[in-house]
Amino acid sequence: MVKRDLVVVGGGPAGMAAAISAYENGVKDILLIERDLYLGGILNQCIHTGFGLDYFKELLTGPEYADRFIKKIRSLPDIDISTRSFVVNLKKDKTVTYLKPGAMCVVRPKALIMATGCRERTREMVHIPGTRPAGIFSAGLAQRLINIDGLLPGKEVVIIGSGDIGLIMARRFTLQGAKVKAIVEIQKQTRGLVRNVVQCVEDFGIPMYFNHKVSKIHGKDRVEKISIVQIDDNMKDVSGTEVEIGCDTVLVSVGLIPENELIEMAGVDMDKRTNSPISKEVNKTSIPGLFVCGNSFKVYDYVDSVTADSELAGKLAAQYLRKTK
Amino acid sequence: MSKYDIVIIGGGVVGTAIARELSRYKVKVVLLEKEAELAFGVSKSNSGIIHPGTQHSPGTLKGKLCVQGNALTRKLAKELFIDFKKVGELIVAFTGEERTRLEQLKKDGDACGVPSLKMVTKAWLKKNEPNLSGEALAALYAPTAGIISPYRWVYDFAENAISNGVEIRTETKAEKIVITNPGFEIITPKGNFSAKYVINAAGLYADEIARMVGINDFKICPRKGEEFLLDKKRENLTRHLLFPLPSKTSKGILVTRTSDGNPMIGPTAEDVQDREDLSTTEAGLKKVLEGAKKMVPSINENDIIAYFAGLRPASGDDFIIRHEDKVPGFINVAGIQSPGLTAAPAIALMVTGLLKQAGLNMKKKLFFHKYRKKEYHLFSMPLAKSKKLIKKDASYGDIVCRCEMVSAKEVREAIARGARTMDGVKFRTRAQAGRCHGSFCTSRLMKILAEETKLPSTGITKRGHGSEIVKEDRING
Repeated sequence: MVKRDLVVVGGGPAGMAAAISAYENGVKDILLIERDLYLGGILNQCIHTGFGLDYFKELLTGPEYADRFIKKIRSLPDIDISTRSFVVNLKKDKTVTYLKPGAMCVVRPKALIMATGCRERTREMVHIPGTRPAGIFSAGLAQRLINIDGLLPGKEVVIIGSGDIGLIMARRFTLQGAKVKAIVEIQKQTRGLVRNVVQCVEDFGIPMYFNHKVSKIHGKDRVEKISIVQIDDNMKDVSGTEVEIGCDTVLVSVGLIPENELIEMAGVDMDKRTNSPISKEVNKTSIPGLFVCGNSFKVYDYVDSVTADSELAGKLAAQYLRKTK
Repeated sequence: MSKYDIVIIGGGVVGTAIARELSRYKVKVVLLEKEAELAFGVSKSNSGIIHPGTQHSPGTLKGKLCVQGNALTRKLAKELFIDFKKVGELIVAFTGEERTRLEQLKKDGDACGVPSLKMVTKAWLKKNEPNLSGEALAALYAPTAGIISPYRWVYDFAENAISNGVEIRTETKAEKIVITNPGFEIITPKGNFSAKYVINAAGLYADEIARMVGINDFKICPRKGEEFLLDKKRENLTRHLLFPLPSKTSKGILVTRTSDGNPMIGPTAEDVQDREDLSTTEAGLKKVLEGAKKMVPSINENDIIAYFAGLRPASGDDFIIRHEDKVPGFINVAGIQSPGLTAAPAIALMVTGLLKQAGLNMKKKLFFHKYRKKEYHLFSMPLAKSKKLIKKDASYGDIVCRCEMVSAKEVREAIARGARTMDGVKFRTRAQAGRCHGSFCTSRLMKILAEETKLPSTGITKRGHGSEIVKEDRING
C-alpha cells in the first residue's frame, strides 16, 4: 500500500484542473489516475469549437482546450500521472484500488478528489419500446466512432432527444454526408444550448419534432425505422399523430448522469435521483477529505465551468490537507 | 459430402447438451446452427432459472425431466466450471384460495420427486425474505432452485463437446432434408451432410424441420416473454427467486435475478405469430412492473437498465421427445419451453437412450474429457485473486468495460473460444451488459474483435450478417 497526500481520479478537464490547482495551493505529493491511454477525457472527441470562451477568452476546440492543461500538468514533476489505470474499488477511508496492465495497485491518500465525469442516459433508462437491432448508439459513442476511430455509424439518422451532444452530432453526421432525418424531443423545447440549435440544426434545415416521443424502434438485425407520436401536456399520446420515419441509425441524446458508482461504493451519501453526492457545499461530500468535482459533482453546460469548479476542489483539498497536518 | 452418424439441428441449450452427452461415445457427430453463433435463438433470452420441478403434473415429461435435470445440472456445473448459484425459490400465496392451491402444488411436487419442499409461514417470510410484500400469506419453499447463465451454459456444453470430437457449424441452416433410406441428407448453404440419425432440436423452427421429413402432427406456437433487468446495485433486492401461483399458460411475473447479480422481473406470456418478433412493448413493461411490485413493492422502474423479449417454442402442454417410427432414425426434440434449460441434461440422456433403442451402436470412448478448462471473470472474483491473475497475464489488468469490469484478456479469450460478434462477446464476458450499454466499450471491443478475427471494422456485427455496427470506414476504406 502506497501513501499519498492527494489522489485525483480522472484525467479529463476536471481532474487536471483540480490537480494543478491543488499543486498551486501547496500540495506537492499528487497522483492522478486516468483510465484511458491519454489525458483529456471526452474533450479529445469534441473536435468542434465552442470551448474556452469564458476561461481563456478564446474560441477553442475540445482537444485544444485539453492540450493547454495537458502541457501544464506534464510540466509539473510533483504530479505523477498513471494512465491506463482503472479504479475498481474505493473504501470509506479513501483507499483506492486500481488495475492497470500488469499490476493491481492500492493507494491511500490523505485527501481524494473524484473527477470521474458523467455518462449518457440510455435508451433503456427512458424505456423506449421496440426491437434491439444494431444501429442504436448513444450520441457520445457515435461521436467517438466518427471523430476518433474514423468510422461512419450510419447513413440515415434519427436523433432522440435534443441534448447538446445530439445537436452537435446532427451537424457532424450531415457534414459526413449522412442524412439526419429528424430530431425528436419529448419536451416543448430543446434542452441544448441556443447556439447549438442555430449552428447545428437550423443552419442545415434538420427537422425538429417537439412534444413527440419515439413509440417504437423497428428492425430485426439493423434499425429499419422508428415510430413517433405527438404527446399532449399530460404526456399522453395524441391519437392519429403516429408517423414512421425510415432510418438505419438511432442516436440517443437524452441527458447525462454523473458517474459516481465509486463514491457510492465508499458509502458517500447520494442523491438517488441525480446520482450525485448530497452536499451543502460545492465539491464536498459526506466523507471528510473526499471531494467530487466537475460533471461528477453536477452536470455542467460548459467545460469552462467544470474547470472553475475543479480548481476550487483543488484548493479545498489543499486546505483540508493543511488542517489535518 | 461429409458423412456423420448423427446430425443435430439447432445450437441452443438442448442441441448442445445432447452434443456434449453424445461426445462420450464413439460416434461421429455434427451440430448445425443457422445463426452466427450458438445460443442466439431461444436460449439467449432464457431467464437462467434451474427449476426444482414444482410446477408440473406427475407423469409429464416436463415434471420428470425437470427434477432429473435439476440434479444433473448441479453435477455438470462442477465438471464444466460454470457458476451455479443455489438460491431456492418461493411460490407465494396472497389469498386463502391460493394457499390451498399451494398445498396441491406441494403434493404434485412431492409426487414428481422434488426434494425438500416445505410450506413456510408469514413469519418465516418476514424473516427470510424481508422485501417481500406484507400481503403475502404463505409460500412453498423449494430449496433446490438455482440460477445459471443460460448462454454461457450453451457455450460450455459446446466447448466441451468440441474437445471431445463433436463438430459445430454455425451459419449453417438446414434448408432441406432428403430421406436416403437408410439415413438422411441435410442440404445447407454450406454444403450437404449425410447422417444415419437426425436430431431435431431446432427450437422455434422444430415444426418446420419435422415437416421436411413429412411429420406434420405438431406446430410450434411462439409465446413471447418480455423481461426487465435491474441495476446490479439492487443485487440484494431478494434472497430467493419469487414466483406467484402459476396460471395455465405461464409461471406468472417473477422476481428473480441473473447469475451475474442483476435482479430480473418478468416475463410476460403472449402468444404471437411472428417467430422473429423480439420487440418489447409499453404494455409489457406496465404488466411486468405491476406483477413485480405486487410481490416486492420497493421495486422502482428507474432501476431498470435493460430489457429484452424472448420467444418460448411452445407446442401443446408437454415436451415432444420421441423417435419417429415412421421415419426411422429421426428424433424430434420439440416444444422445449420452460423448464427446458433445467431439463436439457436429462433430455440429452433420454435422447441417447432413444438412439440406442433405434439401433445405433454406441460404445463409450476410452478417453472422455469431462472437464472444461475454466475461464476467469474479474467481476466474479475477489480483488486478491484478480491481482494474482494480472501478475500472470498483464492484460487481465487492461479494463475495457467500465460498468462490468471486463478486461481485454477476457475479451480475447472469449473470441478464442468462439465469439465472433458483439453479442457473442457480451454473452460470454458481460462487456456491454452494464448500465451504460456499451457507450464506453463498443469502440474498444470492435478493435479487439477486428484484430483477433482479421475482419475489417465494417465487418464487425452485433449478431451476424446484416447487423453490422458501422456502415463505412473512412480511414481504411
